[in-house]
Amino acid sequence: MIQPDGLVAIVKRDCPTCVLIAPVLADMRERLGLTLTIYSQDDPLFPESTRGSLDDTDLGVSFALNIEAVPTLLRFKNGIEVARTVGWSREHWEEICGVSDLGVGLAPFRPGCGSRTQEPAIAEARALADRAAALSSRSIPIGEEEDEFEAMFDRGWSDGLPLVPPTTLRVARMLDGTNRAPHDIVAVVPPNLVECTVEKVAINAVMAGCRPDYLPVVLAAVEASCTETFNMHGLLATTYFSGPVVIVNGPISKTIGMNSGINALGQGNRANATIGRALQLVIRNVGGGRPGGVDRATLGQPGKYTFCFAEHEGTSWGTIATERGFAPAQNAVTIFAGEGVRGVVDQLSRTPESLTRSIAECLLTTAHPKLAVAFDAMLIISPEHLRVFEEGGWSRKKFRDELEGLLLLNGSAHSRGSREIMEGMPEELSEMQLPKFRERGLLIAHAGGGAGLFSAIVGGWVGGSLGSESVTLEIGQ
Amino acid sequence: MTYLLDPTSESAPTTRERAERPLSLEGITIGLLDIKKARGDVFLDRIEALLVERSYSVLRFSKPTFTKIAPIDLRHEISTKCDVVIEALAD
Repeated sequence: MIQPDGLVAIVKRDCPTCVLIAPVLADMRERLGLTLTIYSQDDPLFPESTRGSLDDTDLGVSFALNIEAVPTLLRFKNGIEVARTVGWSREHWEEICGVSDLGVGLAPFRPGCGSRTQEPAIAEARALADRAAALSSRSIPIGEEEDEFEAMFDRGWSDGLPLVPPTTLRVARMLDGTNRAPHDIVAVVPPNLVECTVEKVAINAVMAGCRPDYLPVVLAAVEASCTETFNMHGLLATTYFSGPVVIVNGPISKTIGMNSGINALGQGNRANATIGRALQLVIRNVGGGRPGGVDRATLGQPGKYTFCFAEHEGTSWGTIATERGFAPAQNAVTIFAGEGVRGVVDQLSRTPESLTRSIAECLLTTAHPKLAVAFDAMLIISPEHLRVFEEGGWSRKKFRDELEGLLLLNGSAHSRGSREIMEGMPEELSEMQLPKFRERGLLIAHAGGGAGLFSAIVGGWVGGSLGSESVTLEIGQ
Repeated sequence: MTYLLDPTSESAPTTRERAERPLSLEGITIGLLDIKKARGDVFLDRIEALLVERSYSVLRFSKPTFTKIAPIDLRHEISTKCDVVIEALAD
């Protein structure tokens, strides 16, 4: 801010030192005339001895001059600050003013008070305002008579549920959740292949109901979903049920309060609910992927509103992320193309062998009992089922190895037309043993409440390079 | 007055003219694109047989997988070699 040449004093009535030196300011005004400009941070009627001051209650001048304490006296020459002193010091004030005998009768020195710009709430509001000013998204006015919630529905931003209005202030606060700059590109979002900035993700995260500390997870989920490997475009376009399922690993899941326990796949936890929703809103609003448009799902499934959960950490079986080489201390997000949840009931098996056979029988029904290799799945083992394996001394690897043998299909029994069902594998594969799942086609997660001998299967979509490969990425800051 | 930040890409679709439709298939090349949906080949085999029977010039193409958009090289090849394309979409 360019100041006219001369002296500038910043004061506030609430500061005893400022009150003490009010006669000094009056004396200076007398001697120096209009070369002295006084700003008051809290009351423009102060000081009465100078017939008031210029109004800086919005602190615009104080922020521009980076005032940390009052009184502050500054001298400007050719528009540049050439001298500054903080608090009352006769010696310094006389030097800056170029006059003598200032404040005769006062103590030669007295410290000032903190500037209002340093008050935490004000400093935060100012920082937010600065960040808000740096945002580049179009600002859409909503009329006084308009209902902003209805306005968001009308503009097609919603997944069908109400949204949190993305005001500038909320978006600026959301951006506090990441160190990344608002204009950073996170991903190129299908189907319209739009470059998506951190800011656009933040706006959609606000609408989804996220807290700022969820934003790094949302950013990683968006990035992982928009990889060529994951193939979000195809997943959106398919007539099949699947949508992106977000699995969160690492300490962040606890830090932000995610649910990996009772009802982990269900309702009731803000982080679980809103992170998955934010991802879907980015695809809808930034990528342009909407049901009936590029999303051609025949039936879809309720998880396409949101499907996000955290795994239990620290068990002998590890997690999806640790199986893929991430350290337990690393935060990671995995995106899996998943359909709905189906239950695996086994309340009687007390040996790993029996329970594995149970789980295999259920997994064999994924997509269709006569289809092999094509469709992926995620198995979510509950704590009580995991206990059976742990007590039997089975590791994750041992379970995988045993399961693999139980998931081999006899080609002839699964070929098209066999068992009087036309659906099935091509005739030319009838002599082969077919694995139900391709390599990497079965994810194993661990979540759920402590009671219940139930696990879950989340069927996948066409797996691998022919469809979607699940992607795990580290969550950044 | 409340202001909301736009959550969309803030882009508008552009309108393009459709390519001119040929009045006849005489002397032009017809591309047949199999997107790899089940039994799309059965449909296209039959179409090809009918077209060849009528002495039309036919080229066959296929996408690597129906789950992904056609690779840019394939799209380029089809656009440079063919005048019209018949695509077998669904199973």
